[in-house]
Amino acid sequence: MGFEKFLFYCFAAMTVAAAGMVISRRNPVHAVLWMVVAFVSSAALWILLEAEFLGIVLVLVYVGAVMVLFLFVVMMLDIDIATLRAGFIRYLPVGALVAAVMLIEIVLVVGPAHFGLTAFPAPAPAGVAVNNTHDLGMLLYTVYVYPVELASVILLVAIVAAIRLTLRWRPDSKYIDPARQVRVKKGPDRLRIVKMASVGPAEMPAASLADTKE
Amino acid sequence: MIALSDYLILGGILFSIAVAGIFLNRKNVIVLLMCIELMLLAVNTNFVAFSHFRHDITGQVFVFFILTVAAAEAAIGLAILVVLFRNRGTINVQDLDSLKG
Repeated sequence: MGFEKFLFYCFAAMTVAAAGMVISRRNPVHAVLWMVVAFVSSAALWILLEAEFLGIVLVLVYVGAVMVLFLFVVMMLDIDIATLRAGFIRYLPVGALVAAVMLIEIVLVVGPAHFGLTAFPAPAPAGVAVNNTHDLGMLLYTVYVYPVELASVILLVAIVAAIRLTLRWRPDSKYIDPARQVRVKKGPDRLRIVKMASVGPAEMPAASLADTKE
Repeated sequence: MIALSDYLILGGILFSIAVAGIFLNRKNVIVLLMCIELMLLAVNTNFVAFSHFRHDITGQVFVFFILTVAAAEAAIGLAILVVLFRNRGTINVQDLDSLKG
């Protein structure tokens, strides 16, 4: 058993175990943390498949952004775990049955009989001269340049939608219209001198003087 | 050597676990979203494996776009979740019946 195969089985077992923990943990925060483990070990598998750029992107974008977002939301919402867990045992048999049937079907289709080493021989190692990021970039910015633009628009829509959905105008918040601030003129808007007669302590009424001395 | 079928079976196992998770945690929207992310991870693993064994980098381009769409989906889904919790005070799927579906 080569070292590569050992690494594959290590990371595959870690991914599957972490995925099992994600769906079985009682606390959603723990589930999110196990999800991070699943993503990191999958990134290692992708790097084993010579997809270095996507492996790093999975760690940076998924673990670094999406999972942290999940963590924020999970910790922000004050949810009652007990009611959400109700029915876990009741749905366990049917869930396990459906998953097992699906897994058997998938393995029958994609098993070693059809996708083994005879049908798809393992490619030779790419070597240090091949630059995965460079190749992917060349393809993305030439052939797939319009899809890349579309993807950027999708991300923009996601930003706008997320902000618009969660934004709310609170009536009690202190708020100044920036347009009115900018439009202030030099003359009467900015500075106004008010003439007032000065009042010294000697001219104050005796009652208020007594108040200030206390 | 590691065969293509090993990676495909791994993807199948991950996908099945995610389906089982959707059955088990059918009241908790957050875990449902995470199960969908697991499904996407399984599919992406299949894409990367095929890209490696077929010497065709187009599969990795697909994974790139799937990651983009999945990130957008997670952001909007969580935003909807926050609004839902603010308005209804719960994320239990069974309480979310205002559309009378």
